Amino acid sequence: MSIPVPQQAPVRAPVGIRWRTSVDPGHAALALVLLLILGVFVVWPIAAVLRVALTGADGGMTLAHLFRFFENPLYIESLTNSLLAGGWVVVIGTVLALPLAFVVARYDFRGRMLVVTLSTLPLVLPPFVGAIALTQVFGRAGTITLLLQDLFGLHVNIMEGLRGIILAQALHFFPFIFLTVTAALMNVDRSLEEMGQMMGAHGWRLLRRVVFPLVLPSYAAGALLTFVKAVDDIGTPFILNFKNMLGPQAYLRITTVGRDDVDGYVICVIMVIISIACVVASNWIVSRREYATLQTGARQPEGGKSLAGWRSSVALGTCAAILGISLLPHLGVIVMSFSRVWSLTYLPSTYTLGHYAEIFLRAPRFILNTLTYSVAAALLGVVVAAAIAYLLQRGRVPGKGLLDAIAMMPIALPGVVIGVGFLRVFYTMTLPGTETSLASTWAIFVLAYMVRRLPYALRASHAALHQVHSSLEDAAAVAGAPRVRAFRRVVLPLIIGGVTAGGVLIFITAAVEFSTTITLVSRIEQSPLSYAIYIYSQSPLGRGAAAALGVVAIVIVALGTYLANRLSGRGRMAFTL
Amino acid sequence: MHHAARRYGGLFLLGALAVVLAVPPVPTSAQAQQVAVITSFPKELFDAYKAGFERANPGWRMDVVPKPTSAAITHVRERAARPDVDIFWASAVDAFIFLKTNNMLERYSPPAEFRRGIPDQVAGFPINDPEGFFHGFAVSGYGIMWNRTYMARHRVPAPKEWEDLVKPAYFGHLVISAPSRSGTTHLTVETILQGYGWQKGWELLLQMGGNMGAITERSFGVPEAVIAGQYGVGIVIDFFGLSAIASGQPVDFVYPSVTSIVPANVAMIKNAPNPEGARRFINYLLSDDGQRLLFKPEIARLPVRATLYSEAPKGMPNPFTMKAGVQFNADLSASRYQVTNRMYDQIITFRHAELKRAWEAIYRAERAIEAARAAGRDVADAERLLAQARASARYVHVSERMAAEVSGGMERDAAYRSAKEREWGEVARASYVRAAQLAGQAEEILRRR
Repeated sequence: MSIPVPQQAPVRAPVGIRWRTSVDPGHAALALVLLLILGVFVVWPIAAVLRVALTGADGGMTLAHLFRFFENPLYIESLTNSLLAGGWVVVIGTVLALPLAFVVARYDFRGRMLVVTLSTLPLVLPPFVGAIALTQVFGRAGTITLLLQDLFGLHVNIMEGLRGIILAQALHFFPFIFLTVTAALMNVDRSLEEMGQMMGAHGWRLLRRVVFPLVLPSYAAGALLTFVKAVDDIGTPFILNFKNMLGPQAYLRITTVGRDDVDGYVICVIMVIISIACVVASNWIVSRREYATLQTGARQPEGGKSLAGWRSSVALGTCAAILGISLLPHLGVIVMSFSRVWSLTYLPSTYTLGHYAEIFLRAPRFILNTLTYSVAAALLGVVVAAAIAYLLQRGRVPGKGLLDAIAMMPIALPGVVIGVGFLRVFYTMTLPGTETSLASTWAIFVLAYMVRRLPYALRASHAALHQVHSSLEDAAAVAGAPRVRAFRRVVLPLIIGGVTAGGVLIFITAAVEFSTTITLVSRIEQSPLSYAIYIYSQSPLGRGAAAALGVVAIVIVALGTYLANRLSGRGRMAFTL
Repeated sequence: MHHAARRYGGLFLLGALAVVLAVPPVPTSAQAQQVAVITSFPKELFDAYKAGFERANPGWRMDVVPKPTSAAITHVRERAARPDVDIFWASAVDAFIFLKTNNMLERYSPPAEFRRGIPDQVAGFPINDPEGFFHGFAVSGYGIMWNRTYMARHRVPAPKEWEDLVKPAYFGHLVISAPSRSGTTHLTVETILQGYGWQKGWELLLQMGGNMGAITERSFGVPEAVIAGQYGVGIVIDFFGLSAIASGQPVDFVYPSVTSIVPANVAMIKNAPNPEGARRFINYLLSDDGQRLLFKPEIARLPVRATLYSEAPKGMPNPFTMKAGVQFNADLSASRYQVTNRMYDQIITFRHAELKRAWEAIYRAERAIEAARAAGRDVADAERLLAQARASARYVHVSERMAAEVSGGMERDAAYRSAKEREWGEVARASYVRAAQLAGQAEEILRRR
């Protein structure tokens, strides 16, 4: 997931040139193929979910099911909990992120780069992985809880119910707010501030009247994104065993009441509405404030008021305190993956390497499955995304905007909704010539992951292609190269880095995908590591192995993030989960 | 564009392609030599059996679909026309009875060599379905496990009987899973109801409910909380306690004298795609090798082959020599399955906060009365109020006769069920709030004088 970026309008050729050339049959064929792929794997599943939720007993369209949702106390509670959790995640995320962003963007001190690097680390830890360890850190018998009890006689349990979920998600998602706000702060035109100063505004007033309005749109975009992701995440509630939220309820209805249960689909529709509302609001806020300067990623922080001596220590101390808390889940997962007995003690009393033996030697399938699905999804996604981006920018075919619109749709689709839609459409479909349902083959994971992350890959391809001026192709054409060869020899080498970065993005997000996975998975033999983490965590002595798999997930995501950043060019931090 | 990135990008794509081609795709299509098992058992158990089965049947592969029991039933029901699993493998007898009555199981009679040494009954409970639709492969009893470190830290004594758990010393230290979510807890609750009788059983459950620190959603959440030391005492099926002890966790386990012993089962799905595989799997479970796997420390279940107990590891009880306090009546349990679970949810799980508050107030009043009595004061009025408070906090609104009457209607009619549920929940809430008030008054009159 990258920082939310306003959709850059593709640079358009003057109208005269656009209409001079007629429809290109090759492009048209490509567009048709892409439209078919997107139609089957994006539009159809969503349409199927909508259809079930909006069809009455007589077969006509009805909103009755949706209204009934609001009569069920459990669903109302779930809706409230989901919104409440999302809201609190934003609030806590803001409290953590703003001081950090302010200090990093405005001041120069020793250790600043380290702070920036560490502050993106929470993103490499999927929240449901962090949740495995959080009970051991903050729960009733957790390290921090025991410390507070023994040192100060304080009895607190932060992990109780919804609070635990909020904590786990806030610690994971706050970098979204941090990154957007840091980027915005650094892009604030210093001359505006100087003007403010000349006009007599200082200190708080200057901040309030000049800096805040400039940063607000990016903050709002980051906050809304955080909110959407928090509502979408069903892994954390599952690991922490809290079911009264929208995502878990949708999943539970579909799996325990049945695939034909209308309520499950209705909950999906409610989730989509929330999600779309946030995306629309975010776009509106960003587009309304035209003076807001946004770019594709935070630059390396540079400049700023130099701090030395005790001021520097204060800045660093603030950062260390915030980052210390946010890195506790990482430490917890790592310690837990080596722990054998950890009962009412600060740290485990007995250690073991057995959990790693389990996941690497006895059950290596989960990691292999994950690599297979994620790599395949990334390859597929890159090809589709690059083709769409190419058509969007160079294509001579009408209606290509539709391709873009459909490909970007999954950005507002919660993972569980995609899973439910896929199940609805592909469950009854069998592989040609066999009795095997399409939904029970591993290809379903590849397709679902590809669809889910297509918007990010498309954005990456778009940006990469955008940098290549079409005159280069024209030059190749003038020199006599056929179009395919011109693409291969001229364009491809120029865009491959950016496009691959998009692929790596799909890869790392697919590798830790939970919501869609749990909805689609059936046999443990096909399970990727995210579901395996859940299954391990469902036996009283299995959390160690779950944590070990969690460490593997962290390593995969961290390496992928590093690779994506290298590929997309230096000095950007845009490509993080 | 970064130059190195361009070069590495191509390399990366090639590498990625190589990985995809090198990793053999997971086999998907139905092969002749396989069996698919849907199970609610934890990973330690099905992993051990997968390895054992594939070793004992070269060329055969076992696939596992792990689901909680209720989701597993839905899975089988939805695919009844074209099943994709061959074996249903779980603890709760109720689940098997449901599948059998809905005609989703296939009758199978294992060869004599796999039936020898397996008695017909364990502690009065039939091991196999008399009509051969499902077969017991292991037996389990119910009991209490606790964390020694926790007990020492909070100065709580180790319990022995269910009655111990209603003592004030255990307030806030107990943990149980909701019987509506966990088949094993449902059997525990039913055991208590049958062992102590409906009225006394519910009073006991209500008072234990007041002492609960938490009521978890799934049965494994209880041992997990006890092992980690989040709560001290858990009400669990035996293997959770025994396997935790075997793996070196600081816990203990005891069977109270009122316990019942019931089998965990396996059955073949009707129209299973791989009937031969299903038969092989059941045979393997009942073979000496399969039965011995149950003794593994991380599984710690009790085999149905009585003759194997001479090989049992130290500390493993023998259910065939154990005296079960309750002759478990499975028909009675099945006939009021809905009522018991719905009632527990309505009056305990969903009203846990009020129930807990009531008993907290009662214990506080008790202490105040003790103190006043020690000071030589008249406590008769306070004691009268306290007695009313207790009665109100363990008021059982639904009699056994009433339960039997509403049971049928609750199974059939959703509207009737929710009306009844609402009624029970409301009565319960009002009683507990009243109990807390009465106890508060008792404390108050002592303070006033």
